[in-house]
Amino acid sequence: MPCADDDTERIAATARRALDICNACQFCDGYCAVFPALKSRRLVSANDLTFLSNLCHNCRSCYHACQYAPPHAFDLNLPKSLSLVRQQSYRDHVWPPPLRGRLPGTGWSFVAAVTFVSVALVVLPVLLWVPPELVFGRHAGEGAFYRVVPWGAVAGVAGAVMLWSLLAIGFSVASFWRGMGPAPAGVALRPALCDALSDAASLRNLGGGGAGCNDRDERFSRARRRFHHALFYGVALCFAATGVATVYDHGLGWQAPYPVLSLPVLFGSLGGGGMVIGTAGLVLLKLRADPGPVAKGLAGADCALLALLFLVAASGLSLLALRETAAMGLGLLVHLGLVLGWFATLPYSKFLHAPFRFAALLRAAMERQARRVGKRAGNARGRG
Amino acid sequence: MTGVSCDFDVLVVGGGSAALCAAIAARRAGASVLLLEAASRPLRGGNARHSRNMRVMHQAPTPWVLGCYPAGDYLAELRRVADTADAGLSRLFVESSAGIVDWLAGNGVRFHGAADEVLPYSRKTVFFLGGGKALVNALYATVKELGVAIRYDGEVRALHLLDGPPAITLGEPEVTVRARSLVVASGGFQGDCGWLRREWGEAADYFAIRGTPHATGIPLRALLAQGATPVGAADRCHMVAVDGRAPLFDGGIVTRLDGIAHGIVVDREGRRFADEGAVVGPTRYTVWGELVARCPGGVAFSLFDAVIGERFRPSIFPAIQADSIGDLASALGIAPGVLNATVTAYNAAITGEATAGLHPPKTRLASPILIPPFGAYPVRAGVTSTCLGVRVDERARVLRRDGAAFDGVHAAGVIMAPNILGGGYLAGSAMAISAVFGRIAGREAAVHALR
Repeated sequence: MPCADDDTERIAATARRALDICNACQFCDGYCAVFPALKSRRLVSANDLTFLSNLCHNCRSCYHACQYAPPHAFDLNLPKSLSLVRQQSYRDHVWPPPLRGRLPGTGWSFVAAVTFVSVALVVLPVLLWVPPELVFGRHAGEGAFYRVVPWGAVAGVAGAVMLWSLLAIGFSVASFWRGMGPAPAGVALRPALCDALSDAASLRNLGGGGAGCNDRDERFSRARRRFHHALFYGVALCFAATGVATVYDHGLGWQAPYPVLSLPVLFGSLGGGGMVIGTAGLVLLKLRADPGPVAKGLAGADCALLALLFLVAASGLSLLALRETAAMGLGLLVHLGLVLGWFATLPYSKFLHAPFRFAALLRAAMERQARRVGKRAGNARGRG
Repeated sequence: MTGVSCDFDVLVVGGGSAALCAAIAARRAGASVLLLEAASRPLRGGNARHSRNMRVMHQAPTPWVLGCYPAGDYLAELRRVADTADAGLSRLFVESSAGIVDWLAGNGVRFHGAADEVLPYSRKTVFFLGGGKALVNALYATVKELGVAIRYDGEVRALHLLDGPPAITLGEPEVTVRARSLVVASGGFQGDCGWLRREWGEAADYFAIRGTPHATGIPLRALLAQGATPVGAADRCHMVAVDGRAPLFDGGIVTRLDGIAHGIVVDREGRRFADEGAVVGPTRYTVWGELVARCPGGVAFSLFDAVIGERFRPSIFPAIQADSIGDLASALGIAPGVLNATVTAYNAAITGEATAGLHPPKTRLASPILIPPFGAYPVRAGVTSTCLGVRVDERARVLRRDGAAFDGVHAAGVIMAPNILGGGYLAGSAMAISAVFGRIAGREAAVHALR
């Protein structure tokens, strides 16, 4: 497809030009990790584009502070340029390799289709083979869920899909890591890893150097950072809930559903609440954002992931609310189908931004370590 | 002045940092204020949108600046660039600069923490987080919040100072706005190519203007025509060496050309004309701006080879490259024979780090130009601002030629900076002058209007 190649080259050339101008300016140094990392490079290579575009958290502070942003003749739009490169890096490193350049798409249709199929794959067999009085009946007490869908089927299918997805993500990240070019040599991994973990956990790079980010317009806010925290820690709590439930079931022999005041339900409902608030907030911010620095074509993929996560959380919370009614069976099936859809699309959706961003943060932390080591060595030589 | 109705207490002409500081100070003092920005909203902020830092006096480290920079050091550096400056005004300025950071921070401006190791070390300047446009955005947000009326695309056509309260005419169709007092903070006149040409001759045709095209000097000319005392020098500019392909306006910081000191510089005839190694510090940009401004055709070429080309940050525009000096000369429109002779003579004269027996010599960083591909950047003078202003007193009141102050007319920023900088320039001082005198002018204008 020569047309797509042209596009790729144009996107790369635009981003490189933007970064060259940024490197000559450096006024945005204080906003995030992208600018110090850029400063240490004299020229921007294709590898650097991969790295820097994934290091960018798309906070857009640099756009609103940019004296070269449109309508200036330079027409500089770094967040938009890096968004487009970033999207291409997801495609370039997707696994298995035959999908490279095809997936993940920029729209919402792929995620929607896979999710729909997943829900159908869960719901239809149950409707076909499980007696309706079981599916639409009221269940109470231990093992209620598993009377509708056997535990083995849930764990087996979800586990297999998750395993595939983790494998695919692992290969994608490995390919992406190589795509960033050779890592700095002689850097201790542990402190860099701690740095990167702290950056990821705190979203330090959405701090705008203390002022917050331009979530919507020139005004600074911390809304995006907070909504993302709600979503991220919400997901983490849901996994914690699943983990605790697994221990309860297999370690202690207590079967779901658990009482409202049990750890799995508390973690799950808190996490689900966080996910609902986080996803809704992020979508609202997106809808109200100044369109200037936004790559419009990518909104579909972003919103698809957010919508799916919203549905996963909302269906989980509804299941909790309806678990003692006749709607439990169907609610459970839909929730499981949505979770399965999310698992299946992990390596092929906007979700890839999470492992890639972390890899880029780790690379940036390693480079910072290397610069510090270099500086110390330089000072030592200076004294000698 | 009774009997004439005024539209506003204070009228601020300009939309850069001095104007914004004046509007904020006047509004906070209780005056109703109209701010007239000649630019459209997206390009607002005058030259402040291209600024990065501000030189401030401080006795001890602060979260925003390391070490200390006592008033004596600041004044000594000012005297070095402008020995004709007004000593009283300079002292007032330096002492007021100490408090201006907190005042700006209180008005929404954010500064870059001094401990951040990405910043170049500085004990003299504070850096705006995100640069000058971030500062401009923050000040406009504050101005708006305080209830100052803002008019964009509000280019002033005339000032009326001699008959009753000050008034200005602007717009198409023309509107006249009258106020009890006026703050003129409209910068220099570098945006008026005709005026530049009258001062600089043909050379001005080749200048790039690094900042706003709206600094056309209309209010400055009007003040001078109505009897304001000129200060500074009409035929002086702050200028730096920029890539010759820089846009005519608004190229800002990124078109500045690094690396001149590493190679050689030839004029359009292909001959060297200055010692490229004479200045290697931060002032090299201005030194070369002024040298190139006086070159035939206002242009020169910075030349290097493949080895030297790795020693500095490249221009944002691609280097013009060729595999031989002759081809490079042709690409630059220079006679190949002359450029070959220049490079050969330069290479032959290198002994160690300098040249011997060459005129002009290269006294530092002399490396042979030997390894292809050879590269070149065209160099032009990029003008930051002109150095002609109006004399003011310590209350930022514009002074007439007889030494008396105009009634209710104040000036702030680059239009009065030559009171302190003369025809010279000190890095980071213009933003400090703008903020300090903007604040004074706004406060005094409000006092005058509300008395």
